Amino acid sequence: MLKITDLTAGYGPVTALRGVSLTAEEGRITAVLGANGAGKTTLLRTISGLHRAESGTVELAGQTITRVPADKMPALGMSHVPEGRGVITELTIDENLRLGGLARGRVKAEELNRIYSLFPPLDERRGVPAATLSGGERQMLVIGLALMARPTLLLLDEPSLGLAPRIVTQIFELLRGLVNDEGLSVLLVEQNARSALSVADHGVVLNLGQVVADDSAATLAADDQLRHAYLGF
Amino acid sequence: MLQFTNTALAGLVLGMIFAAFALALVLIWRSTRILNFAQAPMAVLTTYIALVMIEDGQSYWLAFVVALLCGLVLGAVVERVVIRPVEGKPDINAVILTLGLFIVFKSAAEVIFGTKLRTYPPSFGVRGVSIGDTTIGITTSDFFTIGAVLATMAVLVALFRFTDLGLKMRAAANNQEVAKLLGVKVGAMLTLGWALAAVVGSLSGLLIASGGLVQPSYMDSIVVFGFIAAVIGGLESPVGAVVGGLLLGFSLSFVSG
Repeated sequence: MLKITDLTAGYGPVTALRGVSLTAEEGRITAVLGANGAGKTTLLRTISGLHRAESGTVELAGQTITRVPADKMPALGMSHVPEGRGVITELTIDENLRLGGLARGRVKAEELNRIYSLFPPLDERRGVPAATLSGGERQMLVIGLALMARPTLLLLDEPSLGLAPRIVTQIFELLRGLVNDEGLSVLLVEQNARSALSVADHGVVLNLGQVVADDSAATLAADDQLRHAYLGF
Repeated sequence: MLQFTNTALAGLVLGMIFAAFALALVLIWRSTRILNFAQAPMAVLTTYIALVMIEDGQSYWLAFVVALLCGLVLGAVVERVVIRPVEGKPDINAVILTLGLFIVFKSAAEVIFGTKLRTYPPSFGVRGVSIGDTTIGITTSDFFTIGAVLATMAVLVALFRFTDLGLKMRAAANNQEVAKLLGVKVGAMLTLGWALAAVVGSLSGLLIASGGLVQPSYMDSIVVFGFIAAVIGGLESPVGAVVGGLLLGFSLSFVSG
C-alpha cells in the first residue's frame, strides 16, 4: 500500500530522518514507535507532503507521491490526521465533516450518517462549534473527518496523546474494526508503544531518525531488550 | 417631523456607505485573517478607472462593471505578489505591508489621475423622492446604494453559510495546515478572498463617489468610520458590519443634526 524508500528529511542543518525505509501493508495497522525526537511526526509530514523530502521516495499503491502537495493527497486516497487534534475549530461538527468529504466531491447525507453512527457522541452535537468539544470528542471528529474522504490509507499521528486510557482503547478498537471490515490500511505513529503494539499488526521502531527494528507487533512486544532500550515499557 | 425624517434618512444613507466599506474588511478578515489598510486606495484606483471611462463617453454601468472587474484582478494580484511572500510569517507582517500599499496606491492615484477635484456622476436621480406634496431627503441614487449594500451583505452571508466554497474559505482562514490536509487549496482560497474583498471594496468606492466629488483622498474620511463599523459588528459577520455602519451613520447624523 505505502512504500517508503531511503527517505531523508530535516529542518535546515538538523536531519530528522536518515534514510528511512518501511512499508505499510494493505489492510494492516502498521505502528511507528519511538521516543520524542525520533522523527515520527516528521515522517508522517513528509509522507503527506506537508514537509519536503530531501531524498528518497514515497509510493502509494505503486504511484510515486514524493513531491505531491498535501492538498492533493485526500483525492489520492490518503488522509493524514495530524497531532494535536487538527479540526477547524470555528466550524461546527457538521461543517467539519462536510469539509472532510469535499475532497471526494459532493457530500451525501448517508456518508455523514455513517460517521455519526461510528461516533454517537458527535451525533448529539452536530451544530456545535468544534472549539467546544472535549479532547476525546475532538479526536473522534478528526478521525471522522479524515474518514469522510473515504481513504484507503489513514496516517494517524499520536491519537492517544492526552486522552484517558478508556478512550484510547475505544479509538483503537474502532480502528481495528475499520481495518477488518472495510480493508482500511493504517500507519499509526505513537509514543504510547504498549497500546499501539496491542492493536497493530506490524511495528517499526525509530531512533534518532533511523529504523532500528522492523518486525511483527507480537515479536516487538516480546523483545525485552528492545522494549527497555527504545519503547519504555 | 420632516426634519427628523430627513436626518434619519441621511443617517441611513451614510450608514450604508460605511457598511459597504466595512463589508470589504469583514470579507478579507473572514477569508485571510488580516486587515487590509490598503482597501481604500485600491477602491480609489478602480473608481478613477470608471470615472475616466465615463468622461470618455462610455456608459455609466459599463464603467461600473469594469471597475469591479479591475478590483477583482487588483485584489488577486496584490495577494499573489505582495502578500504571498509573507504567508506563514506573523500576521503583523502582512498588515504592515498593507499599510505600505496604502501609501503606494494613494501616491499612484495622485500621479496618474492628479489631485484636482472631479465630479463623479450619480447612479440614478439626485432629486429627493416626493411622497404626496412633501419631498423627503432620499434620492433614487440613495436607494441604489442601500439596495447594493444589502444585496452584497446577503450574498456574503449565503457564501459563508451555505456554500462549499465558503466552507473551504473559512477553513483556510482558520487553520491552513488542517485545511490543506483536508484537500483545500489554501493558496487559491486566500487569493479568492482578496479578490472578492477588493470587488466589494471597489463597490464601496463607486457608491461613495456616486453623485459627488472625487480626488485621490476622497475615501479617507470613510476609512476610519468603515473600520469602526466593522469592529462594532465583530469583524466576523457581514450582518454585523451593516448594523455597525447603520449605528454609526444614525449617531453621526443625529448628533450633527
